[in-house]
Amino acid sequence: MNATISFDSVLHVVLALVGVAVFVGLNGLLLVYAERKVAGFIQRRPGPYEVGPQGILQAVADALKLIGKQLVRPDRADPLLFWMAPVLAFFPVLLLFLPLPFSPLLTGWDVNLGLLLILAFAGFNVLALLLAGWGSNNKYGLLGAARAVAQSVAYEIPLLLAVLAIAFQEGTLSLSSIVATQGSMPWQWNIAVQPLAFLIFLISALGETNRAPFDLPEAESELTAGFHTEYSGMGFGMFFLAEYANMIVACSVCTVLFLGGWKGPFLDGAWWFLAKVYALLLAMMWFRWTFPRVRFDQLLNLNWRWLLPLGVLNLLATAFVMKL
Amino acid sequence: MASIFRTIADLWSLVVGLAITGKEFCRPGVTVHYPRAEVTPESAASFRGPIELIGLDKEPAKPRCIACMLCVSACPSGCIAVTRAPAPKPTPEELKAIAEAEARGEKPKRPAPPKAPGTWTYDFSLCSLCGSCVEVCPVDSIGFSNDIYMVGTKREDFVFDQLARLARKAAARKAEPKPAAKPAPSAAPEAAPAPAASPSETGAATPASEA
Repeated sequence: MNATISFDSVLHVVLALVGVAVFVGLNGLLLVYAERKVAGFIQRRPGPYEVGPQGILQAVADALKLIGKQLVRPDRADPLLFWMAPVLAFFPVLLLFLPLPFSPLLTGWDVNLGLLLILAFAGFNVLALLLAGWGSNNKYGLLGAARAVAQSVAYEIPLLLAVLAIAFQEGTLSLSSIVATQGSMPWQWNIAVQPLAFLIFLISALGETNRAPFDLPEAESELTAGFHTEYSGMGFGMFFLAEYANMIVACSVCTVLFLGGWKGPFLDGAWWFLAKVYALLLAMMWFRWTFPRVRFDQLLNLNWRWLLPLGVLNLLATAFVMKL
Repeated sequence: MASIFRTIADLWSLVVGLAITGKEFCRPGVTVHYPRAEVTPESAASFRGPIELIGLDKEPAKPRCIACMLCVSACPSGCIAVTRAPAPKPTPEELKAIAEAEARGEKPKRPAPPKAPGTWTYDFSLCSLCGSCVEVCPVDSIGFSNDIYMVGTKREDFVFDQLARLARKAAARKAEPKPAAKPAPSAAPEAAPAPAASPSETGAATPASEA
C-alpha cells in the first residue's frame, strides 16, 4: 500500500463510498422486490402486484413506511448500544464494496489486500448483531444474538479456508489480480479448479449472512425476530439493508474468486460481474424458499464435522499441488 | 464410514428439492386476480363456503334431511337450528274416524309426523366451517356450498333459511337451459345465465352485491 495518501486518492475513496451507498440503497429495494417475487412464483402466487405495474413500487412504499415510522426504544434497553447497533451493522458494509472490482475501470479502491479488508470488516456485522440483541433487553434478542455469534464465528473458519485455497493458488490477496489470472471462458474460471472450495464458500456465505436455511438468529417461529425484535422504523431498516448488502458482498466475492469476476465470453465488462452476482443472489433466494431452517445442532454439526475438515483437506491439497 | 456415504447420498435430496421449487417457479401462478379476472367454476368448486342442504335426487327442492338432529348436537358453535315438520292435519273423514274409534274405546291411529324438517335455519355468523355437521349427517343432506360471492351488510344477512334457499336453488337450476349433468358448482357457461343465476342462488337474504 502507498504510504503517502494524496488528496486525489481520498477524494476517489469518498466518491466511491457515495456511489456504493447509492448502489446499496437501490439494490436493497430491488432485492426486496425480487425476493418477494421469487417467493411468490415458487409458491405460484403473483407476489407484490398492486403498487405500480406488477408491484414494482411496493419496495419503495415499504421503504417510505419504514422511514416514516417512529423509533421506539424499550424502557430498560441500553440507549447507547441499542442505537449503535443498526449503525454499526450498516456502515461498515459500505467499506466492503470498496475493493470489489466491478470492472477494470470500475473499482472503488484497488488495494492489494482487498480480500483481507473484506474479511476483516465483515466481522463487524457479528458485533452489531450482538450489540442489538444485548442492548435491547429482550430475551429473544439475546438468544438471537448468542446464536448469531456462535454461527458467525463457526462459519467464518471454513469461509476463510475456502478463500485461502484461492489465495494460495493465485499468490495474491488483491481482488483485481485474482480476476486477472482467470480467463474469459467458464472452464478458465477458478470454479473449474476449485469446485469444492466454491461449494464450501457458498454454504459458509449463507451461514455468514444469516440467510435461510441458516437464518437461526432471526428464526421467526422460535424467536419472533431474534436480534432485531425490538427495532422499529429505520432501526430495523438498517439491519434489513445491511443483510442485503452483506448478501451482495458475499456474492460479489464469490464471483471474483470463483466465477471470473468481470470476465466472460464475448465481451468482458461490468455486465458480466453484475450478471453473475445477481444469478448468485437469485440462487440464494431459491435456497431460501426451498430448504427448511436447520436446527442449531445441525448447523454446527454441518460446519465442524463437514465444512471444516473438507476445507482443511482442500487447502492441503491445494498447497501440495502448488508446491509441485 | 457408512454414515459418511449415506450423508453424501442424502445430499441428492437437496437437488431434488431445488428441482421441484425451480419447476414450480416456471409454471404460471394459480392466483386469480379476482375483481379484474373472473373466477372459473373449477376453482370455485374447491371453495368450502357456508353449508347448504342437499336435495333429493328426484325432488331437488326437497332436502334429504330426516330431521334426526344429529347435526344440531354435533355443531360446536350451535349455529344450526332444526325443527321437525308437524304432523299433517287430519282430513274431516279421518277426524270422524278418529272420533268414532275413540267412542268405541279404541286407541285411534293418528297420522304420524313426516321424517322431514319443518324449519332449518343456519347462522353463518357463528359457523366456523369445521364440517362436523357434514360428517355426521347420516343421509348426506349437508354439504359445503361454493358460493364465493356471498356478501352481507347486516348480521341478519347471514342467517339462512336453508329450506327456502334449497327451493330457490332448485328452481334456478330448473330454469337453467340444462348445462350438463354437473351438480352443485352451477356449471354456468360464461355467456348465458351466469351473472343472473349466481346471485339468485346465493344466501337467503342475499343482498350479494355484484359490484
